[in-house]
Amino acid sequence: MRILVCVKRVPAPGSRINVTENGLNVDTAHLGFTTSPHEECALEEAAQLAEQHGGSVSVLTVGPAEAEEQLRYAASVGGNEFTLVLNDTGQDWDPQRTARTITEAIAQLEADSGVFDLILFGNESADAGGYQVGVRVAVALDRPMVNGIKGIEIEDSSLVANREVDGGLEVYSLLTPAVLGVKEGINLPRYPTMKGRLASKKADIQVAQIEALPGPQQLVRLHRPEEKVTETEVLGTGPDAASRVVDLLDELGVL
Amino acid sequence: MSGVYVIAEHDRGATSPATHEAFTAAAALAANLKELVVAVFIGSFDSDFEATCSQYGISEAVILESPLITDYGPEVWGQAVAEMVNLRRPRVVMAVGTDKGNEVLAQASARTETPFIANCIQVEHNETWSMTRTQWGGSLLEDVSVEGDLIFVSYAHHAVEAAASNTQTDLTVQRIEVGIDPSLARTLVRERALQAEGATLSTASVVVSGGRGVGATLLSGKVGCSRAVTNNGWRSHADQVGQTGTRIAPEIYIACGISGAIQHWVGAMASKNILAVNTDPEANMVSKAGYAVIGDLHEVVPAIAEEIRRRREAV
Ligand SMILES: Cc1cc2nc3c(=O)[nH]c(=O)nc-3n(C[C@H](O)[C@H](O)[C@H](O)COP(=O)(O)OP(=O)(O)OC[C@H]3O[C@@H](n4cnc5c(N)ncnc54)[C@H](O)[C@@H]3O)c2cc1C
Ligand SMILES: Nc1ncnc2c1ncn2[C@@H]1O[C@H](COP(=O)(O)O)[C@@H](O)[C@H]1O
Repeated sequence: MRILVCVKRVPAPGSRINVTENGLNVDTAHLGFTTSPHEECALEEAAQLAEQHGGSVSVLTVGPAEAEEQLRYAASVGGNEFTLVLNDTGQDWDPQRTARTITEAIAQLEADSGVFDLILFGNESADAGGYQVGVRVAVALDRPMVNGIKGIEIEDSSLVANREVDGGLEVYSLLTPAVLGVKEGINLPRYPTMKGRLASKKADIQVAQIEALPGPQQLVRLHRPEEKVTETEVLGTGPDAASRVVDLLDELGVL
Repeated sequence: MSGVYVIAEHDRGATSPATHEAFTAAAALAANLKELVVAVFIGSFDSDFEATCSQYGISEAVILESPLITDYGPEVWGQAVAEMVNLRRPRVVMAVGTDKGNEVLAQASARTETPFIANCIQVEHNETWSMTRTQWGGSLLEDVSVEGDLIFVSYAHHAVEAAASNTQTDLTVQRIEVGIDPSLARTLVRERALQAEGATLSTASVVVSGGRGVGATLLSGKVGCSRAVTNNGWRSHADQVGQTGTRIAPEIYIACGISGAIQHWVGAMASKNILAVNTDPEANMVSKAGYAVIGDLHEVVPAIAEEIRRRREAV
């Protein structure tokens, strides 16, 4: 089974997200970077499927040269082949351009080494949250696609995928080649092992350049939503505060 | 190009509360653009849709039908909307940004090669489209401008409060038989499985996070947690509050040993009251909470539980 996972490098902000002075980027001067959580789970799912059913896990990202870090991380948790499509504009491309770029990258990878039976995306990227790149790629490739997936099983040449809805699950079955958008909670991603860390150092990362037509969306400005300033009432210190806490619960009528 | 076409979300016929939000947002946007609202129903549904339309002042509805649309399917729904776009040439196609709302709009916009802007909180048109949308699950806003005649937009879920309109309307309904490639039936829902019933994390009136339930059962609330806890496998992801977990809105949220990272905060900020229990008086959760106890949760939480028990027994 050939599986491809598309991941995105995103900053890991702490208690608030700061914006650069020109308003065009998140201020990452003091931040680390990570892979979007849904995509971390997509990667774990791919690694598990490849372990259970045989096969390989390819990982693709569109981003700055530094996104190599996320591909090396992927190598430490089960990835086998890595492609970085460079975007050195210092800004995210709009979702249509990102989707076209990924579609073209997939066409090239498939021409070289065969069709991917399964392509995994995150349900949405952690930063932009455009809710569309995976769907656009699937439509361009004319492959079945369902988002919001919390479970994948393989039955012969078809996949059974679960999606969580209010109070239950919807079950989909798809013939491969197929595309799925995965949500955090589908599994518990592993931590890199010693062996994984070594593999990540040796991983061969293919860097590609792809020219795709930009879409019509233009970022104007990032800004923070209005913050409510809260006066915190400290009810006490240590266990002695219990009585005032229970008074409060009583007042709120939740006891 | 004319009309604001709003997709009604429904589960096998029953319109969802998100649809009422969508109808409310559509009315405001249409008034702004001097356009009419057209409600779009896909597949077959209960007959009360007419009442729902008139409740929200909608005078025109289209029903997209095909023998292939027997249930929800992202591709058949998306293709149905794309076909309708080709027939009707709307100016805006919109929905509420639930998972399915966003999925159907993404499918339809991909099939018509048009832009889709997800989770907007404001949409305007002057020479170009300009909208404000949410990033980072609502922690950050993005102003974006978009060129083009037709756009797909979703409104951030819960950004608009559903409000029925008083205008009396006569509803005209047109049924449109949409041509759908039979191969797209490949992603119809095949079956459904029922999960837990009763109060869920998102509907509970008390949520206690972090400190393993000690207080939660006593308050008949729900236990939540942060991603640090799920990542360690201490609790299931179903309990996670935040951007990639559940958004909660309880009467009171008790956050024990939680620092209040922005991705956790967006899931908790709709709580009516917040009590933070933390050893660090400077923790973000403490400064954002209305109430705080500074101390070790392992001492504070049992003391609260004990106090509740004591008062109950005294009654
Ligand atoms: C894209 C993205 C999405 C994310 N989505 C989510 C999400 O949905 N939900 C989520 O929760 N996180 C999410 N995170 C992770 C988030 O950034 C934080 O890492 C996480 O919320 C931290 O969890 P925590 O507060 O439990 O741990 P920490 O940040 O480590 O905080 C621990 C807190 O406990 C206090 N403490 C320690 N010991 C005690 C004690 N004995 N008594 C009382 N207080 C004590 C400390 O003072 C500190 O404030 C996401 C991150 C990213 C990058
Ligand atoms: N720059 C990128 N590189 C690789 N994959 C991406 C990129 N942007 C988005 N994706 C994938 O597309 C999914 C949906 O992204 P979005 O449409 O931004 O919500 C993400 O979860 C990723 O799997």
